[in-house]
Formats: sequence, structure tokens, C-alpha cells
Amino acid sequence: MTDRARLRVDPIACDGRGLCAEILPELIALDDWGFPVICGGDVPEGLLKEAQEAIRLCPKLALRLETTAG
Amino acid sequence: MKRELHTDAPGGWSPPGERASGPAGLPWLLPARYGGGPATLGDHLARHGPLPRCAKDPRHRDALITEVARSGLTGRGGASFPTARKLIAVASGPRRPIVIANGTEGEPASAKDKVLLAREPHLVLDGAVLAAEMVGAGHAVLVVHHAVREIVDDAAAERRRTRLDRIGLRVMTAADRFVAGEASAVVRWVERGDPRPTRTPPRLSERGLGGRPTLVQNVETLAHLALIARHGAAWFRSAGTPDEPGSMLVTLIGAVRRPGVYEIGIGTGVDHVLGLAGGPASPLVALLLGGYFGTWVHWPAAAALPLSAAGLASLEAGPGAGLVAALPADACGLAETARVARYLADQSAGQCGPCVFGLDAVAGQLEALARGRGGDLGRLRHSLSLADGRGACRHPDGAVRMVRSALTVFGGEIDRHAAGWCRGTGEVGVLPVPPRAPR
Repeated sequence: MTDRARLRVDPIACDGRGLCAEILPELIALDDWGFPVICGGDVPEGLLKEAQEAIRLCPKLALRLETTAG
Repeated sequence: MKRELHTDAPGGWSPPGERASGPAGLPWLLPARYGGGPATLGDHLARHGPLPRCAKDPRHRDALITEVARSGLTGRGGASFPTARKLIAVASGPRRPIVIANGTEGEPASAKDKVLLAREPHLVLDGAVLAAEMVGAGHAVLVVHHAVREIVDDAAAERRRTRLDRIGLRVMTAADRFVAGEASAVVRWVERGDPRPTRTPPRLSERGLGGRPTLVQNVETLAHLALIARHGAAWFRSAGTPDEPGSMLVTLIGAVRRPGVYEIGIGTGVDHVLGLAGGPASPLVALLLGGYFGTWVHWPAAAALPLSAAGLASLEAGPGAGLVAALPADACGLAETARVARYLADQSAGQCGPCVFGLDAVAGQLEALARGRGGDLGRLRHSLSLADGRGACRHPDGAVRMVRSALTVFGGEIDRHAAGWCRGTGEVGVLPVPPRAPR
């Protein structure tokens, strides 16, 4: 049993800088106004490093990983 | 934490049981006849009797919470969350809780909370005091629309003079904007004078006002609570349906003969509800049910259905906060929806990008479709999908829901608008929106 991780955006903190979509285009698209849209569900194992990089580099600290057991 | 429940409480509050009696016919909350001012404490006690208390003994509290659970009472602010579950969550918190009675009613079309507070302020204060006793709070804050502030102040002062309650009561004027009634926005308003929603988690029942477990309850819900404590769950269940018991206040506006606030048993037929307001004042084309976050439905299709969540589910509608707006056949549903959509876009708290930009785009496209020039239904649907579910609170979701239902009901008129036709020959502005503030 491995933990499942999903990306979550805090919509109040997010300013639409768009860095996350540059780092992780596989999972994050930008809407018409530059705000991130998380695509798909769980973050696959192979993209966890990039996901953590996107979280670390978000200038507004608006991105996080939500892990659930299972 | 699981609470042990006792029902054999001697003295204080005890369950009235199945023999319980109370007023038989509706209205329960509102006075039978209009006229005169707000009920004084004397009027109130003569009509309803003294409020049972439960602060002294935890067993009385538990028994009363059990009774509320048996009554099936749900929140009357629009979300219909089971009241007993909220009471238990707040009472189980690690710190001393606080109660907020929410009489913000920021929705311009709705009047039921203002009318209730203006007519029966003591019933709401009873409920606030009782809720505080039930969760072990020492204080209750009443956040009320400015139109009824003095009435509630006077009622609270009357109770203080007679030393009626052990619970401290504080009255505050609500912020006058649409999102100010959202529970986390009410807490932030009381705490910091800023009426904007906050993100969750944490839940308010865990960490709300000043970090305390906070019970935010609509004022109508509290009034029901005050009557359930007096007459019991079996009595409450004598109105409504088995799954959605009790009565609810509804605000009827638009093309009805006597617009106003009425009290119905949940599940009353929609045509009968309109009948309370004298029936349609002219031929109707549609109803907006629930509120500005509600659902447009075709008029003849909705007439025979019960006004309840189960009864309206087939139309993807629900009773919401009790608004029933009747759109006459000579008013344009697209134009009405565009006005409300613009209002809701303006009322965004401005915190979340997809809400700010998404609702503005939705309103702009609807305005173009209603004008019959430059509108694009595909662009509108795209903007709706970008706004839906992407805010910290449910403001964008509610607006999207209402606009999508408008496309279902009035969608057939979009092409005809492009060809220069519009049914709107009569009154514009059936749904009230305040004048736009200069931006």
C-alpha cells in the first residue's frame, strides 16, 4: 500500500504567476487568465520530484501536496 | 469524542416524548397576522411559554441534542446541513465554543431572515441562547442585517434588563454584501471587520472565532431550535415530510399578487406555495428556486412538484434558502440572468482569480447573448467550466449553477435573440439587484 498524493492550489493565495505550469506541464495547465488547473488525479511516482520542485518554487506558497493513505 | 447520552433527565430540560403538544397549524415562526411592531418579551412568552434551559446539567444538554437529532432539523441558510451534527461537532471541541447567529441575509431577493428578526426577535434570541447552552458556550454573537439592527438591540436589552439569560449576547451589524453571509466570512467579519470568506480547512467547528470551536447557524434555524426545545421532535415532524421535516420560511417575489415572506411545511406543492401569495399575477414562464445560487425551472413543469429537496431533485433544483421568484411571460429570462450574473461577479470577494475573471467573463457573455449581438454560447460554457469549483468558497459554484440552469430553461431563446426577438416587453428587473457601485 503506497500513499496517494494530489496537488492542491490555495485559490486565495494563488496569484497566477504560472511557474508551476512551467515546471510541471504534465499535471498543471493554465486557464484563460493564467491560473493553474490541476489535470488528472494522483501525482505519479515518476513526477513526485517535479511536483515538490513546483511547490518549493511557488512564490505565493499556494501549492501543496495532499497525501492520503491507500 | 463520543458523548454519552442520557435521556432520563430530572428537572431542567427533558424530552417531551410522543405526547408532546404544540401549536397545530402553521405558521409556527411567524405571527398569524401581520401588523404591529416586533413581539415584545411579554408577547413572546405569552405565545410560546418559557424557554426550557439546559446549561446546568450536561445530561440535559445531551438529551436536548438527541431531541434535535430526532427532529431532523437542518440548516435553513441554504445548505441544509443537519443541525444536531453541527452542535455535536462544536460541543466536542477542545476549547470553550462560541455561537454566531447568522442574520446577514446578503441576498437582495431574500427577506425571510429580516422579517423573522423584525417580527419575532425573541424566538431567534431564544435559539441563540439555547444553542450556546447546548454546546457549552458562554456567549452568542448575533450578526444581523442593518435593517433590523435596532429591533434586535432592543430585544437583547429587554432580556438583559430582566436577567433572562446566563449567556452573554452581543449584537453586530452584518456587512452589506452578498458573500458576507458565508459562514467563514461571518467569522472573519466578527473577528477582523473583513467580510471575505477564508479557506478551509480548518473547519469552523474546530477552529473559528478567536481559534475557538464556532457554531455558525442561520437565524431561522435557531428559531426552529427554540420551538423544538419547547414542543419536541414529534411535534416538529408534524409538518414537512419524513425525510425533510418541519416548516420553512419562503420569500415570494416577482409576478405574484402578494409578494412577501410565508411559512410552509417542507414538501408543500409549488403551486400551493404561490397560492399563499395570491397566485400568479400574470402568466408565468419560469421560476427561480432557492436563491441567486439556485435553479431556474420551467413554470408549468414545476407547479405540481413538492417544494423539497426530494421533490425538486428531478429538475436539479432544491428549496435552498427559500426564495421563489416568479418570472412573468413578458420578462426576458436571459436578461434577468445576465443582471444577476453581473451582480454576482461584482460581489466576488476578489480573492480567487478564477472567481474574479471567470464570473466577469460569464456575465459579459450572458449580456451579449441577451442583447443578441456578439454572444457565443460555446465561450460561455467554457467560462462556466473554468469558474466552477475553483474558489475558496462556493460563490463561483453557486453562480455557475444558476447560469447553467438558465441555459437549460431559456437556451431555446438564444438563437431567437440573435434574430432580433425577445419576449421581454414588460418590466425589466423582476429579480432585484442593488445599483452598481462605481469601480
